[in-house]
Amino acid sequence: MLLSAALFIIGVVGVMVRRNIIIIFMSIELILNAVNINLIAFSAQLQNQVGQVFAIFVIAVAAAEAAVGLGIILAFYRNKETVNIDEMNLMRW
Amino acid sequence: MAEAIAFYVISAFVLGFAIMVVSTRDTVHSVLFLVLDFLFVAALYVLLNSPFLAVIQILVYAGGIVVLYLFVVMLVNLKRPPEAHQDPHRRTKLGLGLAAAVLLELGAIAGASYSSPAPAVAATAANIPVTGNTEQVGWLLYTSYLIPFEIASMLLLVAMIGAIVLAKREL
Repeated sequence: MLLSAALFIIGVVGVMVRRNIIIIFMSIELILNAVNINLIAFSAQLQNQVGQVFAIFVIAVAAAEAAVGLGIILAFYRNKETVNIDEMNLMRW
Repeated sequence: MAEAIAFYVISAFVLGFAIMVVSTRDTVHSVLFLVLDFLFVAALYVLLNSPFLAVIQILVYAGGIVVLYLFVVMLVNLKRPPEAHQDPHRRTKLGLGLAAAVLLELGAIAGASYSSPAPAVAATAANIPVTGNTEQVGWLLYTSYLIPFEIASMLLLVAMIGAIVLAKREL
């Protein structure tokens, strides 16, 4: 549990501190991994396989999120030539 | 005892590599540290009696997602590091403050859960007519959780189409 919490916190710090959107996406992957560790730890402790089933769902959602997010990064980079999220203000008015 | 030692060693590696992922300057190095981190998390899954999830972790994360990240890192071809040309102090302080708040919250939860013991275990494994980790997970996935499974496959299809449309140069 504490390992999962620590990994989660590292992911949150990564999201907050870094300005490179690719590293922010990797921090989100770390957060999802922390959630998976938690699910599987409880699954092992309670002798209940439902946690592993949900971990599979989390992995599927993480894969979908990574694909769409990286597609967005590519489309954005083609327009603005940057991956710095401070310069991403297309929807500001 | 040996299990506890293995758990702490693997945990130390996982946390160390996670810190490296977040803190290193070079994005390519960060992706490679992410691979190592995922491999150690897979080792942790084996330690926690779920070898099927460990294999899935290595295949999907270390094999698929990280290759995707590497492609994007190579494609965007960073000429200047994004954090070099602006003052990071204000954002860093804000992020560390928020992280400290989350840490306090999680610490309070951990303290509360140590004071109260875990409830009695209701074993559902007895209801499943097959043995073995992969068989049990597959049985649950295709009986009780069939609808979420189909929704997840639908989500993957939509994500695949969306990624292709987003990354295409012109429609």
